[in-house]
Amino acid sequence: MKTRRARRREPRLDGPRSQIWELRLYVAGQTPRSLTAFANLQEICEGHLKDRYRIQVIDLLEKPQLSKGDQILAIPTLVRRLPGPVRKIIGDLSDTERVLIGLDLRPPPPSGRG
Amino acid sequence: MLKNVRASTPPGTPLPKCPTGIQGLDEITDGGFPRGRPTLVCGFAGCGKTLLATEFLVRGAVLFDEPGVLMCFEETQAELEANVASLGFNLAGLIRRKKLLVDHVRVERSEIQETGEYDLEGLFVRLNHAIDSIGAKRVVLDTIEGLFAALPNEAALRAELRRLFRWLKDKGVTAVITAERGRDQMTRKGLEEYVSDCVILLDHRVYERIATRHLRVVKYRGSLHRTNEFPFLIGDNGISVLPITSLGLNHAVSRERVSSGIPRLDAMLGGQGFFRGSSILLTGTPGTGKTSVAAYFAQAAARRGERALFFAFEESPNQIIRNMHSIGLRLEPWVKRGVLRFHAARPTLYGLEMHLATMFKEIVTFKPAVVIIDPMTSLLAAGSESETRAMVTRLIDSLKARQITSLFTSLTHEGSALQHNEIAISSLMDAWMLLQNIERDGERNRGLYMLKSRGMAHSNQIREFVISQRGIDLVDAYIGPGGMLVGAARAAQGAREKAAALAGRQEAARLRRTLERKHTAVEQQIAALRAEYDAEAQEAWRTDEQAASRTVVLATDRREHTKPGQGQR
Repeated sequence: MKTRRARRREPRLDGPRSQIWELRLYVAGQTPRSLTAFANLQEICEGHLKDRYRIQVIDLLEKPQLSKGDQILAIPTLVRRLPGPVRKIIGDLSDTERVLIGLDLRPPPPSGRG
Repeated sequence: MLKNVRASTPPGTPLPKCPTGIQGLDEITDGGFPRGRPTLVCGFAGCGKTLLATEFLVRGAVLFDEPGVLMCFEETQAELEANVASLGFNLAGLIRRKKLLVDHVRVERSEIQETGEYDLEGLFVRLNHAIDSIGAKRVVLDTIEGLFAALPNEAALRAELRRLFRWLKDKGVTAVITAERGRDQMTRKGLEEYVSDCVILLDHRVYERIATRHLRVVKYRGSLHRTNEFPFLIGDNGISVLPITSLGLNHAVSRERVSSGIPRLDAMLGGQGFFRGSSILLTGTPGTGKTSVAAYFAQAAARRGERALFFAFEESPNQIIRNMHSIGLRLEPWVKRGVLRFHAARPTLYGLEMHLATMFKEIVTFKPAVVIIDPMTSLLAAGSESETRAMVTRLIDSLKARQITSLFTSLTHEGSALQHNEIAISSLMDAWMLLQNIERDGERNRGLYMLKSRGMAHSNQIREFVISQRGIDLVDAYIGPGGMLVGAARAAQGAREKAAALAGRQEAARLRRTLERKHTAVEQQIAALRAEYDAEAQEAWRTDEQAASRTVVLATDRREHTKPGQGQR
């Protein structure tokens, strides 16, 4: 998996817009909030990253040991693994503007939050 | 939700406690922190919160076989290990043996973008996983307020913290949560309203340039606890709280007696010396020989095969050994054999608490039978009078509890033999010896007397206290019509008495000789008389015999002449 992804990324190093985005969504069980988050994430990705994103959903109830690696405290948390640097977005991703800013898909507003 | 394990307590039973294993803290809290409940430890930065929490886990793992999870929000595992290594805690070893789990939660505000509703289930899962992986019974959350900096939605965070503490309770772990002290409330973020079972406040104050740490149990729901502020120390063996009131007056007493090392002094104490485990005060003006008496006492203990611990606050051990040499006391062999130990420290080196703690440590490790504090009065330089008294009380109580005989020397000043601070301390003492200078006839002599000695007959006389190259001796002071005579006056009196005694002896000898001569003369006279008598008796006997034989001859002759027809016819 990893090697293939790396090979695919190598030929075109022309910025985040052309890379495969690797996203991880951490949840704890199938709560309404995590379902909302997943739905929101898919919608945003389809809208802005069509065909160049991968979403990995990690249920911490099943794999609690994984919470340490990405320093997960809040649920749900979306982690942008690639492209770097690592970004963390917490919440159910209902505030699309903030998600886009958090994912660097839109420059932050001049008043400056984040 | 996660599976919960509810720790239920049957009604009517006292609150179960979780011993911390920290010296003194369990006494203050009457057994430890509430088991299965969270305890809040708050204080300003540098008070020792993290250390207290870490020690709680380490002691739990080592002493009570209760594994612990340390979730820290500020320090990494490596930093923490380094910080507590100086206290003799081997975190790495405990972690290897699965007795301890350190989880550093790193939260970076800059990395986090908030987009809608969330909860802290991730933290719960993580903590739960950590607890379950080693079967932890104790949990520490070190400065959970770190979360407030990372998570912008304070209302959501508060709700989650409330849930977290509830969850910890349900999980049945004994938790310690540390928090920064706020300016006008106990914690900066008001965490005390969530953790309502037990709140402990740490403080670090500087008074007269000596810093002292204090600990106070602010709140302990459902349990007795001491409400005072207790000084505590961070020594090289972790935290020790020194509750003055923890020691009572219920220590065992001994009837055994121990010698003072000075036979005549023992004689003043009913011939046997002091009670074992008693506390003895020795006061005296400068140069009266307090240290010498103390050294004798130490040597006597060493000779009995007991250990003696000498706390010297004014002289170095080598100096004491050298000086005692001059009165014929050799202490270094005892030091070499390890039965006599000196501990020297300047009183102003650190605060009283630290002194007390180091003394306790020495006492606990060396296990002496005799402890000497020389001089106690210099400790006054390290604290106020009431503090010193409190400290000495604690020291005496703990020494008595261990059946250690203690000798405190105390310096008084010329002219004021009994200073008021001595009087304050003397009531704690079982025996009180006084060394005094007696100045008369152009010389200075030392006098010693027992002011009190509880529970035994003791001499009421002042003895002259003589220090010579051969050591200490007590001499009966001459008490005559002219008052008490000491020194040269006593010696002169002694010489006079000696001369008189000599004259008496000579007279007796002369009489004896005369008598002997008389006896011989009588014997001779008796012998002469006897000889005379014998001679006379012999003479008388011979006369008798002659007379008898003459009678016989005469009778024979008469018969011869009167025989008829015979002879003359």
